[in-house]
Amino acid sequence: MKLTTTILATGALAISASASFADGHMADELTLVSWGGAYQKSQQRAYSEPYAAETGVSFTWDESSAEAVAKLRAMNEAGNITWDVVDVVAADAIRLCDEGLALEIDHDEQLAAAPDGTPASEDFGELIVSDCFIPQIVYSTAFGYRTDLLDSAPTSVCAIFDQETYPGKRSLEKRPIANLEWALICDGVDISEVYDVLETEEGQARAFAKLDTIKDDTIWWSAGAETPQLLADGEVTIGSTYNGRLFSVIEEQNQPVGILWDWQMFDLDGWIIPAGLPEDRLARALDFVSYATDTQRLADQAKYISYGPARASSAPLVGKHADLGIDMAPHMPTDPANAVNTFLFNYEWWADYRDDLDAKFQAWLAQ
Amino acid sequence: MSDGPVLAADGTPLKRSLARALRREKMRAFLLVAPLLIFIMVTFVAPIADMLFRSVENNIVRDTIPRTVQALRSWDSNSDELPPEAAFSAFYTDLVFAEERKLHTRLGSRLNYEKTGMSSLFRKSGRRVGRFDTDEYSKAFTGLDAAWEDPATWNRLFATGNTAMPETSDTYATWRAVILENEDDPLAEEPWDVLFNALYRDLSNGNAFDDPLLSAAKAGLGSIEPVSIREQLVDVDEDWEDPEVWKTIQTYAASYTPGYFLNSADLQLTGEGVSARPENERIYIKLFQRTLFMSLVITFSCILLGYPVAWLLANLPARTANVLLILVLLPFWTSLLVRTSAWKVLLQQQGVINDILVWSGLIDDAGRLVMINNQTGTIIAMTHILLPFMILPLYSVMKTIPPSYLRAAKSLGATNWTAFWRVYFPNSVPGIGAGSILVFILAIGYYITPELVGGTQGVFISNRIAFHISSSLNWGLAAALGTILLAAVLILYWAYDKMVGIDNVKLGG
Repeated sequence: MKLTTTILATGALAISASASFADGHMADELTLVSWGGAYQKSQQRAYSEPYAAETGVSFTWDESSAEAVAKLRAMNEAGNITWDVVDVVAADAIRLCDEGLALEIDHDEQLAAAPDGTPASEDFGELIVSDCFIPQIVYSTAFGYRTDLLDSAPTSVCAIFDQETYPGKRSLEKRPIANLEWALICDGVDISEVYDVLETEEGQARAFAKLDTIKDDTIWWSAGAETPQLLADGEVTIGSTYNGRLFSVIEEQNQPVGILWDWQMFDLDGWIIPAGLPEDRLARALDFVSYATDTQRLADQAKYISYGPARASSAPLVGKHADLGIDMAPHMPTDPANAVNTFLFNYEWWADYRDDLDAKFQAWLAQ
Repeated sequence: MSDGPVLAADGTPLKRSLARALRREKMRAFLLVAPLLIFIMVTFVAPIADMLFRSVENNIVRDTIPRTVQALRSWDSNSDELPPEAAFSAFYTDLVFAEERKLHTRLGSRLNYEKTGMSSLFRKSGRRVGRFDTDEYSKAFTGLDAAWEDPATWNRLFATGNTAMPETSDTYATWRAVILENEDDPLAEEPWDVLFNALYRDLSNGNAFDDPLLSAAKAGLGSIEPVSIREQLVDVDEDWEDPEVWKTIQTYAASYTPGYFLNSADLQLTGEGVSARPENERIYIKLFQRTLFMSLVITFSCILLGYPVAWLLANLPARTANVLLILVLLPFWTSLLVRTSAWKVLLQQQGVINDILVWSGLIDDAGRLVMINNQTGTIIAMTHILLPFMILPLYSVMKTIPPSYLRAAKSLGATNWTAFWRVYFPNSVPGIGAGSILVFILAIGYYITPELVGGTQGVFISNRIAFHISSSLNWGLAAALGTILLAAVLILYWAYDKMVGIDNVKLGG
């Protein structure tokens, strides 16, 4: 009898304790998921370190963003979500939102407004590509080239198909996205028609035929660090990679490399919060995300890495690099001088054609 | 001495007493291994079995759109005609609830593996399904009698099932479940358009109704303009007019599908049956062959390089041997990525080896060798990485071969070669067997090294499995590919057992 009472009492205590936690209490720990490397470091310096200094929250970082969708799906199936805030590319955010694995956000309600009072949804504008997605940066896939190994600096993306003027090996990402678009653009297709053309068998054959012309001279990369290494070693003379990687090769490591911004492909990266978090963790995650994506914090991140802040109101605040002291604005992919010819990763179109074109791309590679 | 059975000290027959003791012994032994056994079952066997099961499991279609699956059963997919309006209506009902539960895009991605365009078709339709013209039905029925607006009316008429109104009862049951899932009250929630659509269909089909409300609604049916769900869907996207879309749903409606396995063999399942994939999509058979071939080459390279090293280790004085052993183990303790990247630095065209060859004049600058980002690079890097797995079992077996055997052979007149080949080598075969199995099985499942140094010609089937697990999220196909790989390994293991005998494999002593 006595034992039962004790158990009951403990149970009641536990219940009332958890109820009081849920009542506005925020967790003291945050598990953040990101990409590792220089990018994660910039997030730590711009977001998590000042936040920890203000609130005393302790951070755990997991470098799993590349497999975030697969892992969140598995966590959801297992009913045990260990992540609080996850950094993903926009395409993954859309997938997670579609599958109900990410929390839908009311951007105006739950995120900070711009200093002049512009609501968050207007400040982010079109970059809110999904209800679950909290945009953070705009990055781009552009080309780097060796300034000393090429006779002249390329000005058009079609230089990759021009072996006579720009000899040497190329490096391209081992996936169809962006490569097929560039192939068609350089085959004379207007950007507005690229996806219509790619929907047809003939259009796909045309893109692959164009890539065929450089297939034997191309090294296909799957990790973002590969092209910078290949460029630095002189293994390739021109290759695609993320613009932040090129910035670090050029400005931080002083390699003889230049950036070719022509027809860079924009992509977005940002936060999502997994669906189904307990209330105290959710409250903390929302608080952190609101802090980390306000106008000043997004501009701060640009001090450490050359990715464009996702808020319109952050752009004027972008200053100098924290360690190098150089102006960051001209290194942003969104800088008007760099953004003459650009296109945005077509999320909806690729969601449909990814399975099919990836199979064809891999079969083409293996031929 | 008596003729009866031999008795134990306590008087029971000795046989039974022995059996009992033996049983107790076995039980104790089993209990001792039980924790490990249970651990392995729970953390190893069960997840693998679960993953393999996904290669045939296909409940998602039936679970997400059950009414559509049912309605398409009687549709002849070869007639080139679209399914009847009933199927469209069933799909509308399914889609409304799937959208509410956020399951429709998941189904869209699943069907997109089979037919391009399904993903956006489902996402688009889900976005629009709440704004179909079926609200005309809601307005018309509530115009006839305001009681239709009241959730209690629906609860009274359909909560216990109404045989004259099967579709409405069924839809109401699901609606109720959805409302309860959202932790709302079905008696307070305004009835959705999808319920009125079902009501309209049931009323147009049936005649006798026991409730005056239903009879009155039936009488007023003439004044209501019918809404074609088909037109509504086609308005969202013309693809709903494409019979291929419905054929795909029908083909993949079953709970279990051979589709993933067919896909793994470069075949495809269509409405007309099994056919080969188009030439420009065939890849898996080629990758399986390549994986097996290259794993074998890597295993043989490991034997060739590892055997002399193991022999040295086993026969040198202990001091020198220990230093050598550390040299073998050192790379073993170094990160895999570091070792792979090191090979890049060595083998690439502007790399150390090519530089030395050019400097020494063996090749000219234009003729630098291509040694990486192809099969050669993969074989070199993986042989190096897997070499310790060959050397260590070989070493531990060679350690047990007494040197006196070789001396005996020589004293009986054997040449060095004969002594080695007839005496030493047969004794070391169990080590080769163990090392080969280890290296081969590890090689066949490798993917990081091939991904980094394999280029286009050196990638393995595991690279595709990893891609489907983490990128395309086609876990069914990944499971099918994994199952085939597992089966291939088991068959090879069985063949090895038949030819060499698994008893001849030794990891040591």
